[in-house]
Amino acid sequence: MTADEKEVGRTFKGSTSPHVKSTTSVERIMYLVIIALLFPTAGAVYYFGVYVIFIVITAVVTAILVEYISKMLRKRPFVMDGSAIITGLLLALVLPPRIPLWAVAIGAGIAIAIAKEAFGGLGQNVFNPALVGRAFLTVSFAGLMTKWVAPVDSPTADAVTGATPLGDGFERSVDSSLYWDMFIGNTGGSLGETSALLILIGAAILLVFKVINWRIPAVYIGTVFVFTAVLGEDPIFHVLAGGLMLGAFFMATDYATAPLTNRGKCIFALGAGLLVVAIRLYGSLPEGVLFSILIMNGFTPLIDRYTIPKPYGYVPPPEEDDGKEEKKKEGSK
Amino acid sequence: MSLAAMFTKSKGVHPPENKVTANKKIEKMPLPKVVYLPVAQHIGAPAKVIVKRGEEVKTGQVIAEAGGYVSAPIHATVSGKVSKITQGIHFVSGKPMDIVVIESDGNDEWVELDKKTNLSDMDNEEILKRIWDAGLVGMGGATFPTHVKLKPPKDKPIDTLIINGAECEPWITSDNRVMLEKGEKVLKGVRVMLKLIPAKKAIIAIEKNKPEAIAHMKKLVAKSRMKKVEVLGLPTQYPMGGEKTMTKEILDREVPILGLPLDIGVVVQNVSTCVAISEAVFDGKPMVERVMTVTGMVKKPKNLLVRFGTPVEDLIEHCGGMKDEADEIIFGGPMMGITQYTLDTPVQKGTNCVLIKKNTKADERNCIRCANCVNTCPMELMPTLYVAYAKKKMWEEAEAAFVDDCMECGSCAYACPASIPIVQYIKLAKAELGKIRRAKK
Repeated sequence: MTADEKEVGRTFKGSTSPHVKSTTSVERIMYLVIIALLFPTAGAVYYFGVYVIFIVITAVVTAILVEYISKMLRKRPFVMDGSAIITGLLLALVLPPRIPLWAVAIGAGIAIAIAKEAFGGLGQNVFNPALVGRAFLTVSFAGLMTKWVAPVDSPTADAVTGATPLGDGFERSVDSSLYWDMFIGNTGGSLGETSALLILIGAAILLVFKVINWRIPAVYIGTVFVFTAVLGEDPIFHVLAGGLMLGAFFMATDYATAPLTNRGKCIFALGAGLLVVAIRLYGSLPEGVLFSILIMNGFTPLIDRYTIPKPYGYVPPPEEDDGKEEKKKEGSK
Repeated sequence: MSLAAMFTKSKGVHPPENKVTANKKIEKMPLPKVVYLPVAQHIGAPAKVIVKRGEEVKTGQVIAEAGGYVSAPIHATVSGKVSKITQGIHFVSGKPMDIVVIESDGNDEWVELDKKTNLSDMDNEEILKRIWDAGLVGMGGATFPTHVKLKPPKDKPIDTLIINGAECEPWITSDNRVMLEKGEKVLKGVRVMLKLIPAKKAIIAIEKNKPEAIAHMKKLVAKSRMKKVEVLGLPTQYPMGGEKTMTKEILDREVPILGLPLDIGVVVQNVSTCVAISEAVFDGKPMVERVMTVTGMVKKPKNLLVRFGTPVEDLIEHCGGMKDEADEIIFGGPMMGITQYTLDTPVQKGTNCVLIKKNTKADERNCIRCANCVNTCPMELMPTLYVAYAKKKMWEEAEAAFVDDCMECGSCAYACPASIPIVQYIKLAKAELGKIRRAKK
């Protein structure tokens, strides 16, 4: 403290407050998401056979490799924070069950190199990387991406062609067994999208550990439910069908590509829900979750800008009112 | 958001409480051999030294006069000889200031104290003068001169006094002990304040993690038959003890940006300050000591009654020494406290705690936009935006996003998974904005 106090021996560390930190970390969040995703992944193996394991491994390994190479090219340190694993896993879970592995690798490469690293890496990307990878494959290899199979009898059995609930030629049974099959995942569809049950188990983990905010899935799914009902469709069918569940809990909730504030998140989810309904009912595509989230990702910076909350103790600037309102606010609150 | 947080009006975090000294009685620290008394131990103008080198002083004697209205005098905290008047660096502002060094003669010989028994014998001006002369400043940490706070401008009517016993910072237990062991003096101080400021109510607000203190204060209030005084349990959530958080939580009133609680009819005083008010007004005793917690990585954590100017080294020694791995000395709590570099740093009027710990800061990572900072900010701000603005030196944008409203409570940085020192960026933005404003003048 004093300049002439020579006897002062030891000097101590200085740092800015706060001097404690919660136990949360980037890795903890990422690995919780990975654990949660293992439920729908396991379901995919169960319903669509051991080939799924190869798809998942291809997607994850490619994602990590491409991220490593991108970091080297950008001369940035590579950190194994788990985010590339999530991108790989998520991409795998939205692919058709018998997609060739080379296509998986292309999708994962595009997801990481173009959608994530080219924007600056984790937290900087505008669009959800896994969905960009899926969108790229959809437009590039339309044939491969619409080959659906029915759930297999045993993990090693040959798959037979089957239709997805939202696709043409799907025969809807009239009794409630349809809902049950869709709920547990016993239908055709992308790997991890079919089983609402397993997705909900994974989502419950993320909600309990406060990794995701309930607002986005609740508003997203709620919007689809309400608007399909209003438009005379079967709302339960629409909630369970396609990628809505997986998208709502695992993709629309992606930190980097969703708005920051709770109000912003609600607007984002409402927009995505409306887009799903519009695409499914009036668009030429059978399913709209992919594009609904990607389109709303594009709106996120705008939503963020217009949802900055009024801070505590906000006083409107004097040129915008005559001062009376200001006094009233202070006095009456 | 935790379950408890759903029932609070304000946001915040729940760091581990670590109130290990909550049940340890206040112990009198032995008189220090040397005291270092900085002239700026408060917000406002530094005091002006009026003693000379070699001069003999008594305990309680004024050694530096208030440097203005928003200032407070400094008193000798031991009797002995002024061994030197040296220059040091203010430990918050970094500005140079005088430090009076007194070598104790070990006798603790006091100046004569002017005692008063009846409050009714004094008019408000006299009471305020006694408070000012005693060098009182807020003891919760902010150290605002008390006489200024207790004389609000006439156009700002005050209807509520909040007596702050929240003690929301982890580790610290000094206010808890003060309420349990000096509760009567707290109420005497409240009585003085109610005479100075005829508010409708005085609310003693205590976080619910101190049930003994709440029960004890309730009992004393009932016994005192002070009808305007009530004791209120607050949800345990950091930063519940901040003035702005308290007015919001208790009265649902928000202090305007860059304003003070008196703008919304409230005066907030810390419980330890109430004790000091009581001692100044009735006993004529100047501020020379305070109750504080010495805790963390010391062998025997304690609550101590310490003379100002006591070097931190003495405290650590008295508490059994520090553990080998410790490498940080923090004045204040872990959330808002300030690290000190050397062992001769003295206890000052606002020092409610010395926390010894090991630096555990992790490397800063990129923001992943998890919005934890947004969800925990009690000021409803967007901390992550300030980090982005500060990195790009976009100071005006930070200003437009209300960076000045931040009270640097640290909830955002506590909750950040990427270990971003958000408060550091915010301090930087505020400092740069200050420079820009000064340049414009």
